[in-house]
Amino acid sequence: MNRLVRLGLPLLGVAALIAAWHLYVVLFNVPTAVLPRPATVLQSLVQNWRLIQSEGWITLWASLYGFLLAFVLGVPIAVAISSSRILNLMFYPLLIATQSVPKVALAPLILIWLGTGLESKLAIAWLVAFFPIVVDTAAGLRNTPAELIDLAASVRANAFQTFWKIRFPAALPFIISGSKVAITLAVIGAVIGEFIGSNEGLGNLMLVANSQINIPLAFAALFGLALIGILLYSAVVAVEWALRPWFAEIAH
Amino acid sequence: MASAQGDSPGDARVADQAAFGRLTQVGKAFPPSSRKADKVVALVEVSYQLRRGELVALLGPSGCGKTTLLRIVGGLTRASDGRVEIAGSEVTGPRADFAFVFQSPTLLPWRSVLGNVLFPMEIRRRNDNAARARALELLDLVGLAGFAKTRPHQLSGGMKQRVALCRALIQSPSLLLMDEPFGALDELTRMEMQDLLLDIRQVAGATVLFVTHSISEAVYLADEILVFSARPGRVIDRIRTELPYPRTSGLRYTAAFTALERRASAGLGVLHDEPLGHE
Repeated sequence: MNRLVRLGLPLLGVAALIAAWHLYVVLFNVPTAVLPRPATVLQSLVQNWRLIQSEGWITLWASLYGFLLAFVLGVPIAVAISSSRILNLMFYPLLIATQSVPKVALAPLILIWLGTGLESKLAIAWLVAFFPIVVDTAAGLRNTPAELIDLAASVRANAFQTFWKIRFPAALPFIISGSKVAITLAVIGAVIGEFIGSNEGLGNLMLVANSQINIPLAFAALFGLALIGILLYSAVVAVEWALRPWFAEIAH
Repeated sequence: MASAQGDSPGDARVADQAAFGRLTQVGKAFPPSSRKADKVVALVEVSYQLRRGELVALLGPSGCGKTTLLRIVGGLTRASDGRVEIAGSEVTGPRADFAFVFQSPTLLPWRSVLGNVLFPMEIRRRNDNAARARALELLDLVGLAGFAKTRPHQLSGGMKQRVALCRALIQSPSLLLMDEPFGALDELTRMEMQDLLLDIRQVAGATVLFVTHSISEAVYLADEILVFSARPGRVIDRIRTELPYPRTSGLRYTAAFTALERRASAGLGVLHDEPLGHE
């Protein structure tokens, strides 16, 4: 019963929104070129499914690679700045400051530097995903519970052992919460890359559909993007869920 | 008849006149929190001779510096004044023959119970089959046989603290430093843990420093109680309990026990024979 309600109510919410959308279009006689009916979007989605799929893979890989690149570069950099006081003082304030800079504004420059291929999309996805990973990982490494540090000191663990056996595993929940933000931003970064200069991917498909005033196709591409976002986010959540028992006690 | 010393505490004193540990005028002041504030004096001139194999309780109100003293003796905090010598050499940092049990179990949640017990051996690079066998033996001793593969979050508070105790004992410490280890447990679990500690002392033979704010816990466990004043902490009474071993819970209801509790209460300033007047 409870479970049924929990599953049923969100579906009911979605259904209500779609119904409202449909009613709005019908009642106010909105032209398809402005806002198509839900059924028309669905029809376009089914008709163009192969196209959405093939373009979707391109966007998916660009987002995922951008995220992975941000992760493999971001975590070691966070380790470096949280292990060295000098590096920390040099770069941590800068990192915090760049958090508030709209990094997508760099996209046109990146396009000039890297061209219209995968590289530029990857670079933009990397750029937006990098900061949350670095900042959250560094925060996690700086916030090791004091009692665990006491434990390490009491058994005379050296700095290396303290890091690998205590501080790094204790920071994993932070790294994962940074990754959740980063993976969502990576999709946005990839799409912006496609908007600005690319001839493939779902972002590009949306632009093409818009210019042909094929609004149902634009909506179908948007649906594909939503699917990619949800898929990638769920993958990170799955990792978090798998690790949950390990971190039950250091949940922050 | 059997005690942690093998003889009664009185005989041990005669046999081992040379003190195991010597605290000389130990003091601690923390730097001021702001430019205008005064420095915070936590502990003043604590001098004490620690006898081998005894359990000494540090009893006092919250914030009296008893935990600070424990950390200084264990080498986790530096004293601002005085010196601490254990087993013939000055304490300058944590030592291999010391082990801590903290107020919270501080288990590593990503390790199994066995992995937590073996943690100190892993740090010492002595995580071999012998260590593993010893860990299982200790888990058995504290009543956790069969929990080796369990994760800490599946254990109750008392069970976690038992694991922490095993993690300390596997280091075969000559000095065991316990910082209110049962303070967060409910009354019944707490009494169980006290009996367990008394049992374990016979096996481990370690000298124990035990911080507590519970008068009855101090009397039940200790050979000697150091009673601390409120901040700045200083030792205001030293009580030798002279209670017989083995100690069992019946002891709590004897006249000798109550008399010791009464003396400790008086030292802490919480003993009143007249109702408190309200004006």
